[in-house]
Parts: sequence; structure tokens; C-alpha cells
Amino acid sequence: MTELERHSYDVVVIGAGGAGLRAAIEAREQGKKTAIICKSLFGKAHTVMAEGGCAAAMGNANSNDNWQVHYRDTMRGGKFLNNWRMAELHAQEAPDRVWELETYGALFDRTPDGRISQRNFGGHTYPRLAHVGDRTGLELIRTLQQKIVSLQQEDFEATGDYEANLKVYAECTVTELLKDGDAISGAFGYWRESGRFILFEAPAVVLATGGVGKSFKVTSNSWEYTGDGHALAMRAGATLINMEFIQFHPTGMVWPPSVKGILVTESVRGDGGVLKNSEGKRFMFEYVPDVFRAQYAESEDEADRWYKDPDNNRRPPELLPRDEVARAINSEVKAGRGTPHGGVFLDVSSRLPAEEITRRLPSMHHQFKELADVDITAEPMEVGPTCHYVMGGVEVDPDTASSVVPGLFAAGEVAGGMHGSNRLGGNSLSDLLVFGRRAGMGAAMYVDGLGAARPKIDEADVDAAAEDALAPFELEGGENPYTIHQELQQSMNDLVGIIRKEEEMEQALGRLSEFRSRIAKMTVEGHRQFNPGWHLALDLRNMLTVSECVAGAALMRQESRGGHTRDDFPGMNPEWRKKLLVCALDADGVVNVSEEQQIPMREDLLELFELDELKKYLTDEELPAK
Amino acid sequence: MSYKGKFRVWRGDSEGGELKDYEVEVNEGEVVLDVIHRLQATQTPDMAVRWNCKAGKCGSCSAEINGMPKLMCMCRMNTFAEDEVVTVTPMRTFPVIRDLVTDVSFNYQKAREVPAFKPPADLKPGEYRMQQVDVERSQEFRKCIECFLCQDTCHVIRDHEENKESFSGPRFLMRVAELDMHPLDAADRQHAAQEQHGLGFCNITKCCTEVCPEHIKITDNALIPMKERVVDRKYDPIVWLGNKIRRRPA
Repeated sequence: MTELERHSYDVVVIGAGGAGLRAAIEAREQGKKTAIICKSLFGKAHTVMAEGGCAAAMGNANSNDNWQVHYRDTMRGGKFLNNWRMAELHAQEAPDRVWELETYGALFDRTPDGRISQRNFGGHTYPRLAHVGDRTGLELIRTLQQKIVSLQQEDFEATGDYEANLKVYAECTVTELLKDGDAISGAFGYWRESGRFILFEAPAVVLATGGVGKSFKVTSNSWEYTGDGHALAMRAGATLINMEFIQFHPTGMVWPPSVKGILVTESVRGDGGVLKNSEGKRFMFEYVPDVFRAQYAESEDEADRWYKDPDNNRRPPELLPRDEVARAINSEVKAGRGTPHGGVFLDVSSRLPAEEITRRLPSMHHQFKELADVDITAEPMEVGPTCHYVMGGVEVDPDTASSVVPGLFAAGEVAGGMHGSNRLGGNSLSDLLVFGRRAGMGAAMYVDGLGAARPKIDEADVDAAAEDALAPFELEGGENPYTIHQELQQSMNDLVGIIRKEEEMEQALGRLSEFRSRIAKMTVEGHRQFNPGWHLALDLRNMLTVSECVAGAALMRQESRGGHTRDDFPGMNPEWRKKLLVCALDADGVVNVSEEQQIPMREDLLELFELDELKKYLTDEELPAK
Repeated sequence: MSYKGKFRVWRGDSEGGELKDYEVEVNEGEVVLDVIHRLQATQTPDMAVRWNCKAGKCGSCSAEINGMPKLMCMCRMNTFAEDEVVTVTPMRTFPVIRDLVTDVSFNYQKAREVPAFKPPADLKPGEYRMQQVDVERSQEFRKCIECFLCQDTCHVIRDHEENKESFSGPRFLMRVAELDMHPLDAADRQHAAQEQHGLGFCNITKCCTEVCPEHIKITDNALIPMKERVVDRKYDPIVWLGNKIRRRPA
């Protein structure tokens, strides 16, 4: 039997970003003994990277805003592929989740009458993003972190132990979920510091592990984004949907090479920044697709008037949803109108006074100054698309966040459906809060339903998980995991990137199967104590599995929609809108992609749209009979 | 544009260790963390280093570069001459775990000792009204990315292990100030700042402000005003009298 430390919890939350922390807060407030497991230190999760804001139709900046408008924007952004129930819950509950943060101590920027200020963002009809300068994610993570601490302080008062009901296991990585029959029974992992194994016995596990960006070379994502939750869920028998939809954020840094991919917030455009090609032309006017033509300005004059008078002018095309802007930048560069370092110019210096720029965009100012020697108050930035977000994830029940595996829940980026084929900026932070809370509630309700009959850990599974985790130490003379990782990133970037072709994706799948055999033979040097080579070796298995899902689903979807653009199938096809592609592992552990029908949108939600708009997305049979 | 850079990196664990010399490729535009990553990928796959975002936002990759507490991801290689030896060591104030990774749990303990934001009893969620000018003071402190470089550099604890018990360090004294300046926080912070978090140890040498990668004016805007508030209260005869009159036996 494997020797390891054992802990028993009601709910184990894997991931300590916004979704994980909000889920843990909820589970603990529902009276459940809860563990939070995070790969990094507490408070370092990728949520800190979110810059622009958290979308919630509070109507503080424009009183015309309400959940219905937010719902419509979200569905349009996702090209109607979204799970409509998730989009509905999200739009309805986001304002409460933001206001709740204020009771935890959050300090958002204010309107002149003292309410939470809201800013414009791509695809949002009204100024909707609650924000703190351009460091909103940091505010969110710190606020939730401090709320966790305050719950621990309450427990300390009551029991003398801070960690009686809510404990954070920092720098601890889960490598396998354990089951008793069909149901979750726990999670197995290791401490980064010592390399020792740790076992959590728990009937409910909430996955909140974020995304998969580290499978791509140019990405805004941090090292943790290796698709752990996606892969854990699949190995436990859960299904993933929408994996073909990857969001390439239009504006990442392109120079210097070492920072290529680091995010440049959309707020730069929301606050007035414009995109220009090497000829000095504001090219976005050429790229407004038919489905959005009615809502976007046709001239620079109209676009500029919109910032002052949004009720009588249409929005600038720089604020189209991210997939549109990313594709446009890609086309400009391909046509030879790019900047010296292969991007386009993003200019805010000629649009706002210097002090306004440093006030509204302090971390962008800092980032460019320190990393690229560029003063954004005086000169334009060079930007280009960067892998930013995966729309796909674990297929969940919208109301409870439960996967198809009893006891397994998922929230945040690791969950799929909410954003359809393309996420709007600002909808991620609100997603974390809305569905983090729902996952915590769903898990608590599930545990209540179990009563005393808790699933049991099978010791043979523990031994097998330990053996798998140590496998990379067993071989000598094999390849270094860093080399394989770099090649995997390059392949995904080149072959399953922003514009996709059938033969390239087939080539990608071929390479991925080669990686699979190479990964089985790689070697890790050194010992188990804080060994990044070993950690990468274990993460690589997950990156490979999610890459197979992305490439497999992308090959199958024969249309272009949101974060999936096919050179060979350039148009959107209403027949494909009705289909979800579902990824699961078969008995041999091979990724299998199959089609599933979307559930038709509820009548009252359909009625929120004009018939003319619905016609652009839906088949004739799906249209309401009015 | 690329050259062979000379690096000297501390390798070891809690038992001890030493500086080791490496020659490693450096390219245009790179930062120290890029070079450490290249070392990992090509020469020392098990070299332990903490990092996350590589964009100066998460505060994970704190270390001492040529003796200065810095974020490795924000330290440009072009700030050194090509033939200069760049020495990278772990933060000195915290116990080493391995190589450049230290045990920063001290900070999490101190964080837990600061009582949380106390919401006003008479306001429901959504009813909070605050002016921008009033939230800005605390917002400055909430820019903190918890890199703990200020804690690392602070001489009260850098070479005085014995002070760690009674001194929370600039990061968490600033947290107390942040809550004290929060327009709607309903708790009393000033007594605790002095008595429980060791504000009195700080003799405003501003080392913390100097190393802060977020350029927060920790000393001028948090610690000094906090000291003034504590002093006002302690020596203000009206406050003194008020405390005497209101005090009831527990």
C-alpha cells in the first residue's frame, strides 16, 4: 500500500482562482468541510491576470441596461452556440455576485454618485464592466482570498482552529480523481515542496482549474494552464464540449520575443484606443461582418462620436467581439500591412491625454515601459493575437454545475457551454462568480443527498495513481519533458491555431500521437523535492489529452464560428449551430469525438430577439412561428 | 543580438547550498526569468523556481538579483553589461525550500492575524456608496501583488528572526492601513496596528517602498499616516477621556 497523508472532506475544490474560491466560500457557508487545493501559492491564480473588468448589468452607467440586454449580447458574442440556460443564469445573477464582493471588502472604481463604475467593452451594448483600473482580476482574487481568511477567522473564534472547516492546500497538485463505482470518492495528488503524495477522501469534487493555453506557443496564460481539470474530468468519465473553440485575444504583445503573447487589455480599446495598420489606416471598418453591421459605426466620425454620445451613434468596430478583431489583425498582417514585429498598431496616445492614460491603464503603461521600452502615452503599441481562453470544457448541468459523473462539478474556464463559440470580454470574471457559487451549492446539495452512504476509496486505485505519478523517474536516457513541451506548443500554434485547414489538423493529430509515444518514454532528472521537470512531465499528459480534443473537434466541425475558423469552410452554418461536439475517452484512453444535439432555446428567451436577427443564426424549422 | 551570459545561481535546500556558475544564452529583450527558464530547459531541469504569470502581475518570482530584491520577470537583461555576472539568490528573510524557492508561510500567518473587512451593519449589498476620491487611498494599497519583496527587505525581520513573532511587516501593516482607510469598514484598527502588528518597530527607512514593483508608497501613504493616527489617538486628551468614560468592565 502506498504511504501517504490522508484527509477527509465533504467538498474538495481543485483550483484557487475566482471560480474555485467562490465555490469554496459557498460550500463552507452551506456548512460543508471544504478543502481548496491550488497548484501555486494561495492568491497567485491566473484570475489575477484579468484586467478589464467583470460584466454585470447593474445599470450604473446606463440605466437602459438589464439582464435581458446582457443575455442577448452574450448569445451574439458566442454566435448562438452558448448553452442558453447558463447565459440566462449568468446575466441574471452577475449583479448580485458583484455587489456581494463589496460586502467582502472589494473597492471598485466609482461613478460620480458613488456607485460602482462600469466601462465599455467589446460586444457589450452598454458600459457594463465593474473594474478597478486595469487590474480587476487582482481585486477579485484578493477579495475572495480575504473572504476565505475571514471565514477561517470565524472558525478560529468558534473552534480555536483556523482550518477546522476550510483549509487551503497550496502548491499541491492533483494528478488523479478516484471513484467508487460511478461516483467520485476522492482525489490523489502530490505536494510540490516535498514530492510526497496526498489523498483526499471526499464525495464531491469541484474542478476549477482554468484553461489549456500552455498547449500553445503564443499565449497570455500562465504555466498552470495545462488543462488539468479538463483531463482529470475525462479520465474520470466526464465529457467535454466545445473544445474546438479557442479564443485568440486580438491584442497580445508581439515584441520583445520573450514577452510575446502577454495580454494587452481590451480596455485600451474600450477607453478609446484604435487599431491601425502600417499604412496608418483604421482597418477595422473593413471587417464588420453582416451579422453585426447594424450595430457598428461605418465612419471614423461616427465611431468617435459614440464615446461621448452612445445613444445616437453606433459603436466603433474596434469593439467587435474578440474573434472578429483577432481574425482582422491576422488578415492585415498576412496582407503585408503589419508592423515591423509582425503585429498591428494599437494607439491610445493620440486619443487620450497622458495623465488619463496612466490613470485608466496603469498596469499597461507599466508593462510596456518595463518590458518593451515603449511609452504608451507617447507612441502606439504593437499587438497581435494570442491564445487566451478555451470556450470548451466539462459538460455541466447549468443550475448545479454537475458533470455526468456523480460528485464531480466544474466551474469557470474548465466548464463548457456558457460562452458558446466565443466569450465576450468581462464575461469571464462574472462567470467565475456566478457558476463558482452554483458549483459550491451543487456540491453541498449532492453531499446532503448522500447521507451517511459515502463512496469509498479503492486502495488499488491509489497504488496505481502513485505508480503513474512516479513513472517519469523510472526511465533513463529518455527525452527531456521541456523539449517535448516546446514542440507540442509549436505544433498546436502552427496547425490548430487561429485559422485552420483540414490537412493541417490531420497533420497535428499525427504529431500528437507521436508525442504520446514520446511522452511515455521521457526521463526526469533529480529527486521529488520541488522538481519542475517532474511537474512538467505530469502536466504534459494533460496538455496532450486536451490538445487531442481541440484538434479532433476542430477537424470535425465543418464551418467557421467564433473561436473556430476554417479556411476550407469559411461561413457559419445553421445546421452546425444545432450540434455540440462531445469529447470523451474510450476504454483504451483514446479521445473520441461525437455529435450531440443542442437543446432548443426556451420560447421566452427566443422572444428577446428580433426575428431578423434569429434568421442569421437559426435554421427555418427553429424559428418561432410568429 | 544573442550572447553567452554569465549567471551565478544559488542551488541547495534547507540543509545548505552554494552559488553555482553557469553560462547560458541571452537574447534581445529578455528578462532574468527567461534565462532561468533556459537554464532549466537546457542544463538544470530540476532547478526549483516559482513563477506564474511572467508579466509582473502575480508576484511569484521574487528573488534577489545581485543582492537587490526583485521580480525576475520584470528584471530586463539589458540593465546588465554583457560580461557582467548576474547573481540570483533566494529571498533571504524566508527559509529556503530548494534553490530559488523559499517558504513564505510567515506571510500567510500574518495575513490571517489581520481581522477581515467588517461590513457596515446598516447597508445591504448594492447599497454601498463611496466617492472615488475616498476609495483611492485604499485602492493604492490593493495594487499589492503579494510578492513579499517588502517583507524580504525590511530590516526589522531580515536579520532578526526574533522579531517575526511580533511584527507583521510592511505588507500587512499596509493591509491594516488599507482597512482603516476603507470608507465603510466598521472595525477599529488603530489599537491593533500598534499592539498586535508591531507598527512601532517600523522606523520609516522606506526600504519597502524602494523595492515595491507596483511602486506603492508603502511608507509615505500607509505606514506614516497609520503611525500618525495611532499617535493622535493615544495622546489626544479627548480620545483619552472618551476611552476612560466609555470603558465598561467586560
